[in-house]
Amino acid sequence: MATYRTEGLGALGDPMRRAIFELVATGPKAVGELARELPISRPAVSQHLKVLKQAGLVVDEAVGTRRLYRVDPTGVAGLRAYLDMVWDRALAAFAAAVENEEPS
Amino acid sequence: MSVTKTVTVKASQPHAFKVFTAGFGTWWPSSHHIGKADMAEAILEQREGGRWYERGVDGSECDWGTVLAYDPPNRVVVSWHLNGEWAYDPDPAKASEVEVRFVAEGPDVTRVELEHRHFERHGENWEAVARGVGSDGGWAGILRGYADIAAA
Repeated sequence: MATYRTEGLGALGDPMRRAIFELVATGPKAVGELARELPISRPAVSQHLKVLKQAGLVVDEAVGTRRLYRVDPTGVAGLRAYLDMVWDRALAAFAAAVENEEPS
Repeated sequence: MSVTKTVTVKASQPHAFKVFTAGFGTWWPSSHHIGKADMAEAILEQREGGRWYERGVDGSECDWGTVLAYDPPNRVVVSWHLNGEWAYDPDPAKASEVEVRFVAEGPDVTRVELEHRHFERHGENWEAVARGVGSDGGWAGILRGYADIAAA
């Protein structure tokens, strides 16, 4: 069975980057907004965003005086990351169900 | 392109297969759906050529795809017809596939291998949708769906 690991997913190996990606996935966010929701400093958030950007998972743009980060809408890397999380969650739910339900 | 996942469960191979297919609606995260109405139930029909779909609380049905292979207790393959707006797209050329294999490692231990492949077929479509509906469409909308899951 072939397992394809991209840089995109590698970037999500870090739990804090995963948390940042999930927040950015809910809508465009500035560094300051992310820092307020996470237990890390703004420079640390910026550093993680840089890695996510290099991995093709997020893009940034200047909006007025702010720089907003969003999930790359054209990136298959983002799609892969998304599906990776969907299946993690679905299979965890499946495993719980299969082990809790008595065989009939 | 594909995503692969493996989970090992403490259950016999037939039981694991049965919960995955017949019991699909008992474990599929209810926040993860594509219909306009809230989802009441997710259903995976237990036959080749069957449907994989959701039923909303208002009784409406929304297809996710087709059961391409149904081989109990070993394997099930479904197509996933989704477009960039996280809605059903009937075009088979734009569908991805999910194959799930059940491998008995012991009488009460089963390895479940999942492969979601060809999802780049959605990717091209998503790009067009993102261009068409602006920056808040396509991906952002889909991922908002994921955020709902993650928060559930």
